[in-house]
Amino acid sequence: MLTNKVKKRISFLGLLLVSVVTAVFFILKSLSNNILYFKSPTEIKLSQDIVYTKKIRVGGMVKKNSIDISDKEIKFIITDLNNELVVSFKGTVPNLFSEGKGVVAEGRLQDKDFFIADRILAKHDEKYMPPELKDIMKKNVE
Amino acid sequence: MFDLINPSKIFYLIEKIINFINSIFFIILIIALTFALILSPPDYLQGDSVRIMYVHVPSAWIGLASFTSIALLSILNFIFKIKNLHLISKSIAPLGLMFTCLAIITGSLWGQPTWGTWWAWDARITSMVVLAIFYILFILANKLIEQKDKANKISNIIAIVGLANIPIIKFSVDWWNTLHQPSSIKLDGTSSIHSSMLLPLMLMFLVLLLYCALILLMKYKTEIIRIKKKNIKRI
Repeated sequence: MLTNKVKKRISFLGLLLVSVVTAVFFILKSLSNNILYFKSPTEIKLSQDIVYTKKIRVGGMVKKNSIDISDKEIKFIITDLNNELVVSFKGTVPNLFSEGKGVVAEGRLQDKDFFIADRILAKHDEKYMPPELKDIMKKNVE
Repeated sequence: MFDLINPSKIFYLIEKIINFINSIFFIILIIALTFALILSPPDYLQGDSVRIMYVHVPSAWIGLASFTSIALLSILNFIFKIKNLHLISKSIAPLGLMFTCLAIITGSLWGQPTWGTWWAWDARITSMVVLAIFYILFILANKLIEQKDKANKISNIIAIVGLANIPIIKFSVDWWNTLHQPSSIKLDGTSSIHSSMLLPLMLMFLVLLLYCALILLMKYKTEIIRIKKKNIKRI
């Protein structure tokens, strides 16, 4: 069954697969910064070369009790549990935006602790459950 | 064993399976839709838009599984030159493309009310678009290249190169920050979807799988007829 032709084709495929995987690996590696849809507050704190005029996205969790709504703007804190970033935003937020939930803000950094957002996206987690169950869980916590 | 995969013999078997699926398909479809649209509860956060998931997730699974099978068939076909395998992968490709596009479209419809945007160029969504492009390349290579042997070879190589994209799609949500949430149903079988929502999801998956089997068999039958018409005794 394994004639010479077949052996040749197998080695060709092996070579093809190895080269494709290496090529993809290096492409992804060199693009790694662009593939990240958002940066965490810690990554911003640690990064040396921040361009303040460029649009970036920051993501994390909305800190509990940090949402402050006034007539002009909405202010809240994005946290990744190590570092925090204050975000200010003018406009409407998505329905799922709330305390303790994931959020991605698009806009510009003013300095390393203050961010002005043009757009707010809510990040959904992988949990799905009926509302009654959520109420029971809340009661159990309390 | 090899007699079984002989296209002339399998013709009658296909007919039987098609009839069987036809007889049960609508019953299962109605049961699954009742669970998905009426009996299952809304989500505590997303409300009723969670119901989009019952189409989105199975479509994405089928899109990925179809391409993986096309690629595996292509590897076997490339090495052993079994033309029958190429007929099968040619029959899978349009289905896979349709479900990949369906996953992208339903995802976009879900993204607007939940995330607040129709589209985001994050790793998961972009890699799904790349998958759709690979499907299109595979189908076009078969349609546009006149010489059968050449078309066969080129489309096989497209499928094998595209195989590298599959783990990228699967693990994109773990390797990078994405707007798309990580998978709810893990490879080890644990799930963070409540059982009242998992049931309609699995039922819808079954329905779409049956639909795939139906269309795949019909398409495969057409391919065999096409070959018979050319009066080729064996392929």
